[in-house]
Amino acid sequence: MPTTYLEAIREGLWEEMERDPNVFLLGEDIGIYGGAFKVTAGFIEHFGEKRVVDTPISEAAIAGAAIGAGLMGLRPVAEMQFADFITCGFDQIVNFAAKCRYRWGAAVPIVVRAPSGGGIHGGPFHSQNPEMWFVRTPGLKVVAPATAYDAKGLIKSAIRDNDPVIFFEHKGLYRKIKEELPAEEYTVPIGKAKVVREGRDLTIVTYGSMVWVALEAAEKLAEEGASVEVVDLRTLLPLDRDTVCESVKKTSKVLLLHEDTRTGGMAGELAASITESIWDYLDGPIVRVTAPDTPVPYSPPLEDAFLPNCDKVVEKARSLWRY
Amino acid sequence: MSAIPAVTGDRPDQRTADATLAHQCLYYMSMMRELEDRIERKLYRQGKIVGGVYVGRGQEAIPVGTALLSGPEDIMLPSHRDLAVFLVRGVSPGRILAQYMGRAGGLTRGRDGNMHMGDMKHGLVAIISALAATVPVAAGIALALRYRGSNGVAFNYFGDGATSRGDWHEGVNFASVQKLPVVFICNNNQYAYSTPLSLQMACANVADRGPAYNMPAEIVDGNDVLAVHAATRRAVDYARSGQGPYLLECKTFRMTGHSAHDAAHYVPKGLFDEWGKLDPIVRLEARMLAEGWADTAEIEQNRASVRREVDEAVEWADASPLPDPSTLLVDVYEGQ
Repeated sequence: MPTTYLEAIREGLWEEMERDPNVFLLGEDIGIYGGAFKVTAGFIEHFGEKRVVDTPISEAAIAGAAIGAGLMGLRPVAEMQFADFITCGFDQIVNFAAKCRYRWGAAVPIVVRAPSGGGIHGGPFHSQNPEMWFVRTPGLKVVAPATAYDAKGLIKSAIRDNDPVIFFEHKGLYRKIKEELPAEEYTVPIGKAKVVREGRDLTIVTYGSMVWVALEAAEKLAEEGASVEVVDLRTLLPLDRDTVCESVKKTSKVLLLHEDTRTGGMAGELAASITESIWDYLDGPIVRVTAPDTPVPYSPPLEDAFLPNCDKVVEKARSLWRY
Repeated sequence: MSAIPAVTGDRPDQRTADATLAHQCLYYMSMMRELEDRIERKLYRQGKIVGGVYVGRGQEAIPVGTALLSGPEDIMLPSHRDLAVFLVRGVSPGRILAQYMGRAGGLTRGRDGNMHMGDMKHGLVAIISALAATVPVAAGIALALRYRGSNGVAFNYFGDGATSRGDWHEGVNFASVQKLPVVFICNNNQYAYSTPLSLQMACANVADRGPAYNMPAEIVDGNDVLAVHAATRRAVDYARSGQGPYLLECKTFRMTGHSAHDAAHYVPKGLFDEWGKLDPIVRLEARMLAEGWADTAEIEQNRASVRREVDEAVEWADASPLPDPSTLLVDVYEGQ
């Protein structure tokens, strides 16, 4: 039976909690209520209050308590109800967790789950993609799976990792996508991108929900005769520049796509990296398709205009292909 | 834990437990004072310490009186004015000086300076500059102690200024809701950088914040180490017994500026004179003499041996190499 993206995260959490008694969960409404998105429904009944901790509405306390427990060798998984609320625990994550190992050699093996992304009419405070705040914080790892397979494999790797990992799970994918998952145990390594569609003429590099937009665009462009390769970053920090560059060396043209806003987005970093290391392989300008530099608007026509989509990608990719 | 200095003198067998405690307190308070004098008045001025220097002169009774009650299972989260906590937990004075001097032998190997240091082997957590940030972390540590069935307690130190911050309240609230074994220790030195208490909070005491969290809160004379010790015992017993966190407000005064570069012109001079008379080391020495716990020769001997020990520590730290720039990229992540 196919497994949804949401169910894959659930399975990953469940299996890790069964495997390692040091793994526990904390967050707002995750226990009795089962979580705002029901990712942890049924956990408190099975694992008990000790391992599924309902907290006050205190993101700094959630992040800080996770850090404290992590310093003691436990493996807490903290849930931010929406990635947007992570700002309230920002200092704990970027100043405390991220710098412990470098400063004083202390491991902080925590996971912060952050349901992110738009397309659900959540408005400015329930739709953001705040990954870049963390991607530019050395000491953190940042993952953003696009598939159910990767969501399960990466949450398990994140829990086992001895450094703090921010796990961006896209809300729009929770119940939208599903796939058959292996019956046997598996993990997906942090720090490895993946070519999810092979092509010769042009590379689209993206992550999260936009992987599906890129694949849809690649399909349409194929009808026009373009062979499009799609690279799913999967991990944003540490960034797998090698896989990106290998693909671009092959196709010589690259379109960078993300749902996050434009300035200071991942596309800028990728563009700089590609230019620095394989500039002479390029046969065209590096092109970006991103959300514009605005807050995420609520009303459907505005949000639709804000979000990158297949048509926008096809249009830009087509002109790059013909360049 | 470091070896507690042997009580010397002609009548060791007859000393009361109080006398032994007083000698321990005197040693650690004197060590902290002497180390910080060297740090602030010598090494900093000689340019051997290049960054910020924040000392706890006049506040030594608080880290000493509290930390002496910590056991091996307990975890300490000292603030930047609690140097003696490191001494009590067995960190050598040389490593502390090397830390200040940015040497490879310091606790952070030159990655951070001053009191921004920790070592989980000694149960010591490093602060970050945003000082109340350790409060939620202390709650998490206490949660982990309970999770593992340990009897340990988290000792969480902060100043009066930190109690204005949101994360202080979030951490204290979470600890109270969960009844976590944390002793919250406030060194209320009445100034947060240049901001006096009256501009920091509308209540008279930090302890007044306790009832809002259904948390016992006690005010203690922070310049009386034996009083701090006695209050800490009540606090630790309460927390260890599973009843929840306990707030200890130690009233003291910051006998310096915020840091070595700050002459504290904003502090009415009379306050320094007034609090100078309440110096915790002078008071303890007087008490020891009055109680017959020590004679003047022993007091002098303590001073001399502390000076010697710090001389040696300075020598050790100064001989410790500066970090190799090739280590810049190491330890951002595990195995890197």
